[in-house]
Amino acid sequence: MSDRDLVVLGVGMHPWGKWGRDFTEYGMVAARAALKDAGIEWKDVEYVAGADTIRNGYPGFIAGSTFAQKLGWNGASISSNYAACASGAHSLQAARASILAGFCDVAMVIGADTTPKGFFAPVGGERKTDPDWLRFHLLGATNPVYFAMFARRRMDLYGATSEDFARVKVKNSRHGLNNPYARFRKENAIEDVLNSPIVSDPLRLLDICATSDGAAAMIVTSRAYAERKLGSLNGVPRIRAVSTVTPTYPQTILELPDFATDSTAVVSPPARGFKDSLCWAAYEEAGMSPSDMNMAEVYDLSTALELDWYEHLGLCAPGEAEGLLRSGATAIGGRVPVNPSGGLSCFGEAIPAQAIAQVCELTWQLRGQAQGRQVEGAKAGITANQGLFGNGSSVIVSV
Amino acid sequence: MSVSAAGGVTRVPAVEGWYTLDHEPHLIGCRCAACGTYVFPPRSGACPNPNCDSEELVATPLSRVGTVWSYTENQYAPPAPYRAAEPFEPYALAAVQLEKEGIIVLGQVPKGIMAADLKVGMPMQLETDVLYREVVDGVDTEFMVYVWAPAGPSAAESIGGRS
Ligand SMILES: [Zn+2]
Repeated sequence: MSDRDLVVLGVGMHPWGKWGRDFTEYGMVAARAALKDAGIEWKDVEYVAGADTIRNGYPGFIAGSTFAQKLGWNGASISSNYAACASGAHSLQAARASILAGFCDVAMVIGADTTPKGFFAPVGGERKTDPDWLRFHLLGATNPVYFAMFARRRMDLYGATSEDFARVKVKNSRHGLNNPYARFRKENAIEDVLNSPIVSDPLRLLDICATSDGAAAMIVTSRAYAERKLGSLNGVPRIRAVSTVTPTYPQTILELPDFATDSTAVVSPPARGFKDSLCWAAYEEAGMSPSDMNMAEVYDLSTALELDWYEHLGLCAPGEAEGLLRSGATAIGGRVPVNPSGGLSCFGEAIPAQAIAQVCELTWQLRGQAQGRQVEGAKAGITANQGLFGNGSSVIVSV
Repeated sequence: MSVSAAGGVTRVPAVEGWYTLDHEPHLIGCRCAACGTYVFPPRSGACPNPNCDSEELVATPLSRVGTVWSYTENQYAPPAPYRAAEPFEPYALAAVQLEKEGIIVLGQVPKGIMAADLKVGMPMQLETDVLYREVVDGVDTEFMVYVWAPAGPSAAESIGGRS
């Protein structure tokens, strides 16, 4: 194994749901579960990387110190990261940098959220210079509007159908049925999706992920520390790559929450668009390729977006995602199951926890502990995630 | 900027400086004085081109016509600060690609033109429409927003009939 690998010593989650309680309650459950799973004490943790939530006041903005204090000040160094949906992975990257720089050996990465009902709306007040405020005010451009435009392009350019999108939901609902941390554990049929009301055409209610409460945490360590503790690292999941690259100008896809793309008038588009580059930076760092992946956890904010990710991840060529889905390759039992956890479809989105939860799932899968949803013989997996304002992540974990 | 409309209603843009309200309205973007790249919405400050260190973005009218990059239709009233009419009427949005500027701009589509009327590649033209109406300091005021409307044949020709 490489000296740059990080060992995932422990992972833990609080189930996803909708209770509206203090987000730190959920985070504490995840933190204690991760510590127990790692077989270490809180006092052994030297660094806490907290993923921020902007909806919970000051404690949400300083997640690293919020959880360090909640667990009882132990002198650990901290950081707090906000990177929209990728906050959890950016926190992992901060912990990783600290460990690889030799500043510490044991770090906790943690994120938790509690969410309001309904559409994500902008922060209050009249802010006519804030594009995020203005997209709601001038256009009513909710998040599903952007997801819907990606979906519509698949239909008009590649012949995707509403049934194809529904098939993603059907697959993920089966995957999540036995996941104790999933919020929605109900098998959906194609008709259930097609009979749910259209929110933003062509996407229906069951095509779009909900917003959830939830928490995830992990304990990552240096290789030397893990070897001292475990002896052999055989079969122990390792972080092989963490990609948090930003887009390359000009960005030619209209991304949430923008009014317009960059201009291609004087600079040609990059060879790889943003979401492609997120995934490929991870492959390149790990020295691995799409064919090495046995599974993927992707950010299915909508069913159609999951199909986009197949292509960004290089699991198939552009325009072929519907075919890959229909072939069964991305279902458990297929060549490369996507969202064996059930994905956002079964979890809903708990923003700061979500990118951490993706790595938790890969960890359980690689250890053979994903009861009722196990990807048999999995040796490597990749996560992919994108948030607002050029934030995104991709993480590769292998044994 | 305000424009008087019939019936004593005053029309003002819902946001200043993003579009004109004349009978052939256009978006106002910015162009970098050094490298020539475009931005929308208009803004001051640094050019977004990483190869350019210019700080001079100059306001410029953008093409009125383009082609649909993608589109959707809101079936539910968006949350505030959108001011949804009651009862809410579903409406479409379109992201339109401007060839000369090389940008895609998201906008509403005029009321009554729905997703089923749109297609990727379709020619569109900029118009304005009422976003909401409110009495401001005793003046009946229509707050206007830019919209993308399906283009007539002449507009379609001016963008080379691309599809
Ligand atoms: Zn420039």
